[in-house]
Amino acid sequence: MSDGTFEPKIVGFLCNWCSYRAADLAGSSRVKYPPNVRIIRVMCSGRVDPTFALKAFELGADGVLLAGCHPGECHYLEQNYKAMRRFSMLKHTLRAMKLEEERFQLLWASAAEGNRFAEHVAKMTEEVRKLGPLSWRRNWIEKGLDDKEIEKFLKEHEEAMEVPAR
Amino acid sequence: MKEKVGVYVCHCGSNIAGIVDVEEVAKWAGVNLEDVVVSKDYKFMCSSLGQELIEEDIKKDGLTRIVVAACSPHLHEKTFRRAAETAGMNPYLTQMANIREHISWTTKDKKAATEKVKAMVAAAVERVKVQEPLEPKFVDVNPNTLVIGGGIAGIQASLELADAGYHVYLVEREPSIGGHMAQFDKTFPTLDCSACILTPKMSDVGLHENITLMTWAELEELSGSVGNFKAKIRKRAKYVDEVLCTGCGICIEKCPRKVVDNVFEAGLGVRKAIYVPFAQAVPKYPVIDTETCIYFDTGKCKACEKFCPTDAIVWDQKDEIIEVDVGNVIIATGWDLFDCKRIPQYGYGRIANVFTNLEFERMCNAAGPTAGKIFMRDGVTEPKSIGIVHCVGSRDKNYNEYCSAVCCMAALKFGHLVMEKTEAEVYSFYIDMRPNQKGYEEFYQRLLDEGMNFVRGKVADISDVPRLPGEEGKIVVQVQDTLLGKQRRIPLDVVVLMGAMEPRFDAKDLGLKVGISCSMAGWFTERHPKLDPVATMTDGIFIAGACQGPKDIPAAVAQGAAAAARVQGMIAKGKVMIEPIVATIREESCSGCRICNNLCPYNAIEYLAEKEVSRVLHELCKGCGTCVAACPAQAITGAHFSNEQIFAELKGILYDAMGETERAAEPAVK
Repeated sequence: MSDGTFEPKIVGFLCNWCSYRAADLAGSSRVKYPPNVRIIRVMCSGRVDPTFALKAFELGADGVLLAGCHPGECHYLEQNYKAMRRFSMLKHTLRAMKLEEERFQLLWASAAEGNRFAEHVAKMTEEVRKLGPLSWRRNWIEKGLDDKEIEKFLKEHEEAMEVPAR
Repeated sequence: MKEKVGVYVCHCGSNIAGIVDVEEVAKWAGVNLEDVVVSKDYKFMCSSLGQELIEEDIKKDGLTRIVVAACSPHLHEKTFRRAAETAGMNPYLTQMANIREHISWTTKDKKAATEKVKAMVAAAVERVKVQEPLEPKFVDVNPNTLVIGGGIAGIQASLELADAGYHVYLVEREPSIGGHMAQFDKTFPTLDCSACILTPKMSDVGLHENITLMTWAELEELSGSVGNFKAKIRKRAKYVDEVLCTGCGICIEKCPRKVVDNVFEAGLGVRKAIYVPFAQAVPKYPVIDTETCIYFDTGKCKACEKFCPTDAIVWDQKDEIIEVDVGNVIIATGWDLFDCKRIPQYGYGRIANVFTNLEFERMCNAAGPTAGKIFMRDGVTEPKSIGIVHCVGSRDKNYNEYCSAVCCMAALKFGHLVMEKTEAEVYSFYIDMRPNQKGYEEFYQRLLDEGMNFVRGKVADISDVPRLPGEEGKIVVQVQDTLLGKQRRIPLDVVVLMGAMEPRFDAKDLGLKVGISCSMAGWFTERHPKLDPVATMTDGIFIAGACQGPKDIPAAVAQGAAAAARVQGMIAKGKVMIEPIVATIREESCSGCRICNNLCPYNAIEYLAEKEVSRVLHELCKGCGTCVAACPAQAITGAHFSNEQIFAELKGILYDAMGETERAAEPAVK
């Protein structure tokens, strides 16, 4: 940032068994990719709580990458399917909050796919670079999604937000 | 109490220090990161001197947490945990920042790499401060072992373990053990008779008091974890009572239904509906294949029963589910042959005299359908010329990129056998000749001397349409001869396609059942491609033989023995450590909504109806954390991956982005 060029900061949540090992493989095969992704290891993509992504954006990430094993190859049998569903739901919410699609991405990369991981990071970095920095709250206001808008959004989804009585 | 964190940045020789300014990072961490009391860089952290450095600092400076910025935790997390433990610290109060695989090896820009390392170190420091001491759990290792697959790798593994005095359950899908090796005539490069070296081993398995052999059986379900697995095995009904049957074979002789044997005879020969796959089968008892049996089809026949001298045919036999307890599992399920029909221009399935390598094996085999005589498809005409095409479905981006490893040698073997048994001229169409094991190159030289014709070039087309004089009634191989530098059309009587070795069609399903993964090509993935080739990422599950990748017999045998040695090591230890990374539900916060209950693939969450709360059964939990992420009340904590720890890591990893956020929080807009 100091020299005026924008270097996006992307937080990558990688599962221990496939994607983290894909990133390891990219390293041991000396595949070069942009240094913009910073990796957090979780045991499974299913561990990624939607709040992790929200928190990352709040703390200043310009993009969040969620990566897990290919469907059908999960070390925990099927938990990446759950990650996939959560990804879709969070994506829906983020869309409503006017966050650009490219900032939140999902990647399946097996332990053998170092290249795939590196290519995806390179692609995502460029996409986010084009969008410019994400300044979460400023963007809301600039795009007219101020507090009133949020209240409107909540009202629209009132039914879904309700916790059913047991 | 404030934590005292020690930060250690590894040079890894020049692997890290060549790109990352490690001294700068260490200095920076010591000054800028809160609670860091010691921050050092060192040439090789994983060396014994590096570990001693950490141990001394823990004792001298009273460090309470350790961060090591080095290579992947998959390589050295255990090393540094052990060092911390030696110095009297809880091993789970250490954290690694992966700055080699994820940074120095993938980044060209030195400045950017150093900046990224700082973020990763900051993340590790923030995280380690909120990590909690955990107690590893130890469980007894059941000395029994399950071996899946009775080919040569599985046989070797079973015998090694059984001879060492441990019990083995060997599960084989086919009616007999032996696998692909039993189909072969000769083995390269020594040309010993495959059956002569295999069958003694097979009968050893059949007779061994420490081996429970289950053929015509498959793994249905595997539960539990290292040391204590529970396996459910489906023993399919054979309709033959193994106690009464003497293996005399009269039933097979009298069975009126002949069917093409696509498994053992590779489609080249026939078997009966009640059958043993081959004469030396172990066990020797036949099975009834219900899909082709006349009685199962029409309700009439029962010839086998009528002629059986010991009344061993049992029509009402049912599939049996057998449960066994084992401490370890060895998977040796082998390979399938590439379907040569997938390359239509090679004519397999359309041109009669194009054979696959397995068909040709059976034809060469003295116990095979032609009694070892090499004929054309009509079964009487001896061919005058034979072409052998290498790399069919392997080393080809359209099918499989990998090299099947054995085909060059098998092709040379075929060449030798053809020239020994017939007057035919033999052509080998190869891309590269790869005879790279002991005695292989010498065998190649021998075939050159024996007069096999070698044509280097990828075969473009195999056709039975004559274009030039001399091609009538022949199969024409169209190939670019890259040594002569010209296109050639070579008319031949018989063509043998060296089909690729492929992963078993259901390898993925088995992988899911036991919790191990496959590579993109479909082979089971080993723990480390060089240093741990028979272990998998799942403790207690080992792989051996061609299920891990194409292999010749010596390599499969070596892996079978290696896997058995690893299992013996586990049994000798007696106890095995289980990572305490599990989920826990805080009862007081649980609303009993039961969202988590169905998320767990291991049924590790039970609902306590009387208390209206859920509970995690730690012995079943594998620690994936999916339930933790799902709990709407945050009543579930995932040990070592708690929300608090991840948030701390996030705070650190974005330490240099926070300023921007704050600035953005007070926008100059409006």
